[in-house]
Amino acid sequence: MTGFFAQSIRRRLILQLLVVAALLSVLLYFSIRSVADDAVETSADSILGAATMAIADQLRGADEGVEVDIPYSAFSMLGSISQDRVFYRIVVGGQTITGYPDLPNPPQGASLLSPVFYSTLFRDTHVRIAAVERAVLVERASVPVLVMVAQTRQGQAAIVATMANRAAALGLGFFAVAAVLSLLTASSVLRPLRRLAGAVGRRGPQDLRAVTGSTPAELAPFVLALNGFISRLRGALSRTETFITEAAHHIRTPLATVRAQAEIALRQTDDAETRATLHKMIRAVEDSSRSASQLLDHATVVYRTDQRDEAALDLGLLTRDIARRLEPTAEIRDLTLGLTLPETPVEIKGDPLLIESALRNLVDNAIKYSLADGRIDIALTVVDGRAEITVADTGRGLSGATAQELTERFRRGVNVADVVGSGLGLTIVAEVAAAHGGRFALTENTGGGACARISLPLR
Amino acid sequence: MRFLLVEDNVDLGQSVQKRLALDGHAVDWVQGLRDAEDHLGAASYDLILLDIMLPDGDGRDFLAAHRRAQRDTPVIVMTARSAVSDRVALLDTGADDYITKPFDFAELEARCRAVLRRQGGNAQTLVKYADLSFDPLSATVTVAGEVRELRNRELRLFEILVAAPGRIHSKAQLCDRLFSFAESVTDNAIEVYVGRLRKKLVGSAARIDTVRGVGYRLTET
Repeated sequence: MTGFFAQSIRRRLILQLLVVAALLSVLLYFSIRSVADDAVETSADSILGAATMAIADQLRGADEGVEVDIPYSAFSMLGSISQDRVFYRIVVGGQTITGYPDLPNPPQGASLLSPVFYSTLFRDTHVRIAAVERAVLVERASVPVLVMVAQTRQGQAAIVATMANRAAALGLGFFAVAAVLSLLTASSVLRPLRRLAGAVGRRGPQDLRAVTGSTPAELAPFVLALNGFISRLRGALSRTETFITEAAHHIRTPLATVRAQAEIALRQTDDAETRATLHKMIRAVEDSSRSASQLLDHATVVYRTDQRDEAALDLGLLTRDIARRLEPTAEIRDLTLGLTLPETPVEIKGDPLLIESALRNLVDNAIKYSLADGRIDIALTVVDGRAEITVADTGRGLSGATAQELTERFRRGVNVADVVGSGLGLTIVAEVAAAHGGRFALTENTGGGACARISLPLR
Repeated sequence: MRFLLVEDNVDLGQSVQKRLALDGHAVDWVQGLRDAEDHLGAASYDLILLDIMLPDGDGRDFLAAHRRAQRDTPVIVMTARSAVSDRVALLDTGADDYITKPFDFAELEARCRAVLRRQGGNAQTLVKYADLSFDPLSATVTVAGEVRELRNRELRLFEILVAAPGRIHSKAQLCDRLFSFAESVTDNAIEVYVGRLRKKLVGSAARIDTVRGVGYRLTET
């Protein structure tokens, strides 16, 4: 239960407000009912009392005893309320002279000068009885005469039931209104919190500014703590960045020295065995530096995919830059790099660094796996509202491997053991495509070679 | 080509200088930005190879100042950083190109050539041998007034041969310089390129001789 509450302040707040509203509704219901019951009973009693008094007023002393002329009006008064049955009893000196002799007497000791009301069970029915006593002169002696009028209570019960229904409806209505209000209250109370969370959540990966803007006093300690945390994070990140940069520098610089020295040594020897060793050394250096770059790239892609900086970018411009940048690499292997771009800009929404990384990997792969004197054709087209970049080479092809297999991490083709590679290039490409709502496909060309295709939604 | 190499690491600076010298380039090597400024004031260079993290400052600041002063010597940054964002940022600060350490010298040379070509290279680089003239920047050889284009490997092969006419180059040595170490090729692969280059030189007094069992040399008939 605590776990359930701890999950959400909003839920807890709403639940508490609803419990209070429910209690208030029940209280409202009962107080309306009690007031209504009282009112109905009081008005029924006053009619019953009036009828009793009307009979009592007709009592007269006569020669042989007491004469009573029961007025019709007394009963018509009662009948006007409902179809309830009416009973009466007149007792003179302890003897019932007319009416129902088993109608119960009023409680002992009550003053009966004005009507006394009491409820009781009579012939298996709830009845309300009014009783009044009058002294009547009979032969110069005062004789007490007790007049009792009873009425069943169906009519009263019906009225009370109607009232109760109204009270219940009122209670429910009150509860419904209170529930809506509590929902509104909960969200309005929590709005500053949501606004704060939204403002922090929408931030780009580079945005580590302190949180500013007006927040309610209750949130001030939280914002203060958050800002403290942000500034510590900023410090830690900048230290990490410096560390990585320096580490990369310190590792890559000696690697570069090793490579340059190995190349110099190669120039100076004709011994086949030494040469083979130096070749292996250079390949190892190349392998480790490429792996390091690809791992770093992959980490960047994963990090930026989570929180990327989306901007409108011209894919044509980007593709041209990459082609131009990789042209010398293609050139040293006598590869011709063909580039076909549409005349108009092709705008997409995306993270330029991620797209750059993906395209570079595709072209880099095409260069790596091409045979000398081959051709690589990079084309950007717009097909069915999507930007499509194809990189087609005349290289060794895929040897039956599927795109799905080759985009697995550290998975390399079966026919590429002789070429240095990390097995991360196509993983990066596929992840970037997926992050931009795009698709990546890899097919074998009919004339040999592979064709990689990324399609991305236009802006 | 004449290079100004700005690199604070002694081992790397020395080896790059030596390695480039082996290809016939003149390299002045300095270890800091202040020395680099001094050298640039005193001599003219075809290209600057610039490291980023230097003891007396950041290479990017130097680059920015270099561009502000409107000096047009192209700059290739040698970076030890390989993060994507760094690559993009480098080109934004005005570098003509960058190369990630450790680098392939064939690629460095190709990049230098591409940068110089973009700049509109100077005629100074024209090499004359026998009755032909050779322009490494535009990758052309002119035989009896006829301009013939060389593909990159033909160009590099001819560059090697013409730098030391008469000297015998072994197949293995030529392979090392023509192919990347990432490719595995047999020494015989060089024959294809020698054959192609011979076709480009047809009609010229310059000739590539096969020295059986040893290698090739450039001679004049």
